[in-house]
Amino acid sequence: MTGNTTEIIKLKLAKRYAKEKRFKLYGISAIAVSIAFLLSLLINISVTGLPAFQQTYINIEVDIDSKLLKLDSQYSEQELFRANYSKVIKQSLKTMFPGVKGRKQKRALRQLVSKSAIYQLRDFVIDNPSVINTRQSLWFLARDDVDVFMKGGIDRSLPESDRRLKDFQLVWVDKLLAENRLEKRFNVSFFTESDSREPEQAGIKGAMIGSLLTMLVTMLLSFPIGVSAAIYLEEFAPKNNKWVDLIEININNLAAVPSIVFGLLGLAVFIGLFGVPRSVPLIGGLVLTLMTLPTIIITSRAALKAVPPSIREAALGLGASRVQTTFHHVVPAAMPGILTGTIIGMAQALGETAPLLMIGMVAFIADVPQGITDPSTVLPVQIYLWSDSPERAFTERTSAAIMVLLGFLIVMNFLAVIMRKKFEKKW
Amino acid sequence: MSFGVIITALLALLLLGYFIGRKRSITLSKERSQKLHSLPQYYGYLIAFWSSVPALLILLFWAALESSFIISAIVTQLPMHLQQLSTDEIGLFINEIINLSNSGLIAEDEVKRQAVSRYNELTEFSTSIKSAIVFILAFVGMFVALSFVKPEMKARNLVERLIRWAMIGCASIAVLTTIGIIFSVIFESIIFFKTVNVFDFLFGTHWSPQEAIREDQIGGSGSFGALPLFVGTLLISFIALVIAVPLGLMSAIYLSEYSSPSFRSFAKPILEMLAGIPTVVYGFFAALTVAPFIRDLGESFNLSLSSESALAAGIVMGVMIIPFVSSLSDDVISAVPQSMRDGSYAMGATKSETIKQVIIPAALPGIVSGVLLAASRAIGETMIVVMAAGLSANLTFNPLEAVTTVTVQMVTLLTGDQEFDSAKTLAAFALGLGLFLTTLVLNIISLYIVRKYREQYE
Amino acid sequence: MIDIEKREEFDIEIDKTVGKPFIDDAKFSTRNVDVFYDDKQAIFDANIDIGKNQIIAMIGPSGCGKSTFLRCLNRMNDTIQGCHISGDIKLDNEDIYHKHQDPVLLRARVGMVFQKPNPFPKSIYDNVAYGAKLHGLASNKIELDELVEKSLIRAGLFKEVKDSLHKPGTGLSGGQQQRLCIARTIAIDPEVILMDEPTSALDPIATAVIEELMIDLSKKYTIAIVTHSMQQAARVSQRTAYFHMGHLVEVNDTNTVFTNPEHQLTENYITGRFG
Repeated sequence: MTGNTTEIIKLKLAKRYAKEKRFKLYGISAIAVSIAFLLSLLINISVTGLPAFQQTYINIEVDIDSKLLKLDSQYSEQELFRANYSKVIKQSLKTMFPGVKGRKQKRALRQLVSKSAIYQLRDFVIDNPSVINTRQSLWFLARDDVDVFMKGGIDRSLPESDRRLKDFQLVWVDKLLAENRLEKRFNVSFFTESDSREPEQAGIKGAMIGSLLTMLVTMLLSFPIGVSAAIYLEEFAPKNNKWVDLIEININNLAAVPSIVFGLLGLAVFIGLFGVPRSVPLIGGLVLTLMTLPTIIITSRAALKAVPPSIREAALGLGASRVQTTFHHVVPAAMPGILTGTIIGMAQALGETAPLLMIGMVAFIADVPQGITDPSTVLPVQIYLWSDSPERAFTERTSAAIMVLLGFLIVMNFLAVIMRKKFEKKW
Repeated sequence: MSFGVIITALLALLLLGYFIGRKRSITLSKERSQKLHSLPQYYGYLIAFWSSVPALLILLFWAALESSFIISAIVTQLPMHLQQLSTDEIGLFINEIINLSNSGLIAEDEVKRQAVSRYNELTEFSTSIKSAIVFILAFVGMFVALSFVKPEMKARNLVERLIRWAMIGCASIAVLTTIGIIFSVIFESIIFFKTVNVFDFLFGTHWSPQEAIREDQIGGSGSFGALPLFVGTLLISFIALVIAVPLGLMSAIYLSEYSSPSFRSFAKPILEMLAGIPTVVYGFFAALTVAPFIRDLGESFNLSLSSESALAAGIVMGVMIIPFVSSLSDDVISAVPQSMRDGSYAMGATKSETIKQVIIPAALPGIVSGVLLAASRAIGETMIVVMAAGLSANLTFNPLEAVTTVTVQMVTLLTGDQEFDSAKTLAAFALGLGLFLTTLVLNIISLYIVRKYREQYE
Repeated sequence: MIDIEKREEFDIEIDKTVGKPFIDDAKFSTRNVDVFYDDKQAIFDANIDIGKNQIIAMIGPSGCGKSTFLRCLNRMNDTIQGCHISGDIKLDNEDIYHKHQDPVLLRARVGMVFQKPNPFPKSIYDNVAYGAKLHGLASNKIELDELVEKSLIRAGLFKEVKDSLHKPGTGLSGGQQQRLCIARTIAIDPEVILMDEPTSALDPIATAVIEELMIDLSKKYTIAIVTHSMQQAARVSQRTAYFHMGHLVEVNDTNTVFTNPEHQLTENYITGRFG
């Protein structure tokens, strides 16, 4: 090399190293941006959702007056069930705030307490009939507006017309606060109630049970079918067979077909042709099975492929048939991988929303489903439904439901990781 | 007999068949002092199979077709004026009949009362026939199979053949699914294109399925020019790719070429978490946080933006598909042989020069197929756009305006309270057909490229 | 059980390199070089000079460290994680591992040809022009064309490819690919060319062509070649170094090494008693 060449190279080196540094910076920033986005999403959801795990309760001195309840001295259980509890609560609130005048204000006063108070009082009285004609100090769910205010969601300094709580309502709330009659507690009803039009009563129990049932159907169908298909394709399928090739192409393609298209399939074939009812975990499970099958098949095949041929040769050498070899030796050895893949597929199915919208799992359902043919919704669809509601209290609950959903997903993925770590065999 | 009872009985028969078959093979072997060809349990499996599975299949088949037969039988018996109603109205009528039958209430209308009693009769009849057929089949299966049991019978081979066929059946479900998808979208689409011209659908610029043009027009409850939808879909997918391709590719490059193993094992799972978050969560985040943020940002530059912009949905979708680009790119970049890198370093190239001029060109097919897969994912993505992109079918390339997409319209058309055969629901299937075909083409090209690429380095 | 007593090479001590490791007119000189992969030592105390415009051949059984040693000379080992080197390696009396020494510049001065031909997935032209473009050696297209042609001519490949310069380099035959790799190396006009078993993946005819080319190139360049084939070392090199299990056992004129080896291990190896 001539000195000249070295000089030429040296001249450009600084610039080239600067470029190198910049390129590396781009790389690390790309990762940083992605992680920052993920963090901001998680933090944002948590900050919005955490308050929903607390709920404001309101304390009322209730005069359980049999006259207001319209009960005679002798009453049947049915009469007790149908008694006018709403009047009792109305009257008790009036006694606590004597100066309230006008229809509008009276209505507003009633609306400090959730509608569920009536049922709560009813159940309380039915359980303890001796409380009739006594005065009881009871805690009820507060209305969503009061709850939002308690969580700092309503700004007093705004002009009255822009606030959900008007000046006179704020006076009541202040009075209740001064008397320690407002309290935030852990929101049990969020986990024990189903969907409701009233945000303070709405919970995720129905959706969770719906998700559970749907996942059960998905799991029971997709695991055996997916694993059998994977075993066939990996262990038995003849090479260069047209049908097998077609199956493989289909599996790879189905893994990338938009999920909403599976919803169309469910709508046209399962509902339209086979008459499976809409909106039930059964149809949801069927559709999600078809959707998760490719994932389970692909991961199971990878797990089977990782079992070294020496295992097969050893078993075959001892005179086992191919089916025996496969089921006695290869499949057990590949099981951790297969289970990991199944869990990942289930996690995918648990978070899926779009195809379920197509098959009617988007209806408002206030009951907890009892079986796989009861109308129900699932967690992600519940999230979608709530996110559409304008009330602020629903936004909070949407985020909380997301936290629960993400919690489940994290647990499932964690399980998958543990399973892989624990059973990982080094061949 | 209810469905559940029959199933339970069949399961009991399955167990019974197993034990009888096992027992019989052992007894026979002793009687004839002849060695069994296979282990006794294989004879058991065989009998168990024949005494339950064919019956079970018939049961499922029956159950799947039962309701449509009963309904059509009722419809043909209805008075003429009811038969001439539209499909939807007949559907409503049938629903009412079924509800009446289930609740046990008595209808006030004579026609309905008759229909209810007919429905009850038919259901009962069907159930008894069904039970009879199923159980006859089960017992016949069991006895015939038992009569074949002989010590020299190759029970294991027969069982293994059954297992193999069952596995082939499971694997073939993938093909059936594809056929199911194609048929479900094609039939409805054909009906749709009878009322709406294909070219009007593909190139029409006005989309408003809700608004009636003329009352008397059959099927023409609105106008179905889907071009704004296609443009909206492409616009949002394009924004998503503009975000995802550079971020995903640079992340993959950094992780595979620069990072230490410990950073890689930390950052790679985090990146992959982005693909694990349910899309409904992204949608909520886009609508609640990103869209208002972009709107406020736009206002500070004196741009008036709608709160539902293509940009917000596109950005969030872009982040969602980063892992699709990055993990496939990571794989193909790692698959580029080390000798390529060595060759370049030995020439005095820096790392970034090697990456840009040798590794990326070598890995390009794999990267392209990753991008195609990501594009197919973006085009088919539903929840983010449903929640953040809006419904207004604007024909625009401006990312700051609200647009709508194919998937959004499919959801809107099918989740409302529509009748099944209206032009609106049919339009959703036509859109589904388009969506399926587009993603199919992208997937196949992508799979083809990946396969070619693998062959090159194997 | 192998009778270890009879495997005498396990008993032979290697304390110092025998023969003539040091010469006057050295291009490269290494002193006390140790190389480690993580905790495993791959090279023990290597001392050798490599003469200007000479071909030095490095021979020895597989895994003896000869390739590792070669890769130290242009700092290719930097790219392997967990590899570290101690001792002095000097090129024209400059320490190449000094912290101010630039590996990019060093590799431009010390080119390398690998065992398996590794042309880039580019056209033949772009393969040869690659280094020149990186380092900005040609100021315009005409100069670059000239440089590519000159390098291909020197590598003896031009006649075969002059009509297909813009076809991919990966389409050539193995021998042609290897000459393409040599052409791309000499295009940046290095001072030293390291060759790591450059013909082990080639057939005998292609090998002969490459060997001729090496001898021709040695008029201008210093060449260090690692080879499996003792015949090849004998045919092309002026000096030969014998490595054994990370130790540099013997260095001498090629003739002396093959006809009158000083060390028992060298003799065992060249007489085919193991290796």
